[in-house]
Amino acid sequence: MSKVKMSKKSTSIDMTAMCDVAFLLLSFFIMTATAKQPEALPVDTPASTNKNKLPETDLATLTIGGKDKVFFGVLGRDVKKRTLELMGQKYGVKFTPEEADKFALIENFGVPVEGLKSLIEMKNDERNKAGVQTGIPKDSTNNQLKEWIYNARIATNEATGKDLNIAIKGDAKEQYKVVKRVMDILQDQQINNFSLVTGLRGKDF
Amino acid sequence: MAELNTGDGGGGKGKKVRSKKSNSKVDLTAMVDLAFLLITFFMLTTSLSKPQSMTLGLPDKEDKPEDKTEVKVDENRTMTLLIGENNKLKWYMGLWATPIAGPADITYGKDGLRKELLSRKKSVLEYSASIGKPKNGIIVIIKPSKKSNYKNLVDILDEMAISGVETYAIVNDFTPEETKLLEGK
Repeated sequence: MSKVKMSKKSTSIDMTAMCDVAFLLLSFFIMTATAKQPEALPVDTPASTNKNKLPETDLATLTIGGKDKVFFGVLGRDVKKRTLELMGQKYGVKFTPEEADKFALIENFGVPVEGLKSLIEMKNDERNKAGVQTGIPKDSTNNQLKEWIYNARIATNEATGKDLNIAIKGDAKEQYKVVKRVMDILQDQQINNFSLVTGLRGKDF
Repeated sequence: MAELNTGDGGGGKGKKVRSKKSNSKVDLTAMVDLAFLLITFFMLTTSLSKPQSMTLGLPDKEDKPEDKTEVKVDENRTMTLLIGENNKLKWYMGLWATPIAGPADITYGKDGLRKELLSRKKSVLEYSASIGKPKNGIIVIIKPSKKSNYKNLVDILDEMAISGVETYAIVNDFTPEETKLLEGK
């Protein structure tokens, strides 16, 4: 009688399928992730315990910071191009299709319409240098911010048929009167609902 | 684990030159580890990078003064917060001329404003119940001065959400007395 032998099992497992799945998922997440653009105006948003997320579409962001500067940005390339076209008509500046294409890639900006052409021609890193962009004029005599918001609303409505959501992204140290000025501009257009972008605060606040 | 080497021991004694049979298995453990690590990273960063936002609804701005209708509010239910510069905060309850409590200084956060808000909220509810309208809660009037900063406003709005105050309004009109109080003496 021979002894009962334990069958020797190989310890290595075939990992090919697992590897395939892992890389499939990996490529999916890389594709869906959007690269973070460098911000033209870095702001430190105040914290809140609020858990609501910003809407992802049809959104215009008004960034307030750096002593009285307001920057404007709207989501969606087609909306951006159309907004630029409308602004060009309003202020008598003609933008070529190439310029419009380049403009569609800029996330947000803060220059008067007259200086927009030279801003578009700049390279990315030049554009984001401090002091290059001085903010969009928002005085009562030259209220370009109002026009930008108004035209972005028209462009969004044409493109998607929905209303434009407005988010205010203010720096924590910015004075209230600047924020109030922006809110007044919004309220002049009957925009009474908007979002304030905030950071996340700990639970024990 | 690794099974790349397909050594067949000592070389043959010079009979026939055989092509070596190579093992086709490659150890994928490290590769899978790396892939999952990256997956985790991308999953976490994509969902966490979305910023938070609080929605703020403001009342319609009336340009025509003749359309304005005076809304009478029970002064026993109103609490006014005055936001000053350098993170200063003052409050009073009721009307300015005949305040129920205050005006007094208060600090932001858990031990200052929240404590006061919660106790005031409770007492207003008791008062409303006593006059037969138990649903009328506290009304908070937020008055940010020109020199206050944006963070203060967001802090106060956040405080409203935390302590569950449903009725609050941002008012920009300052009476001269209030301005004097904020400027300090």
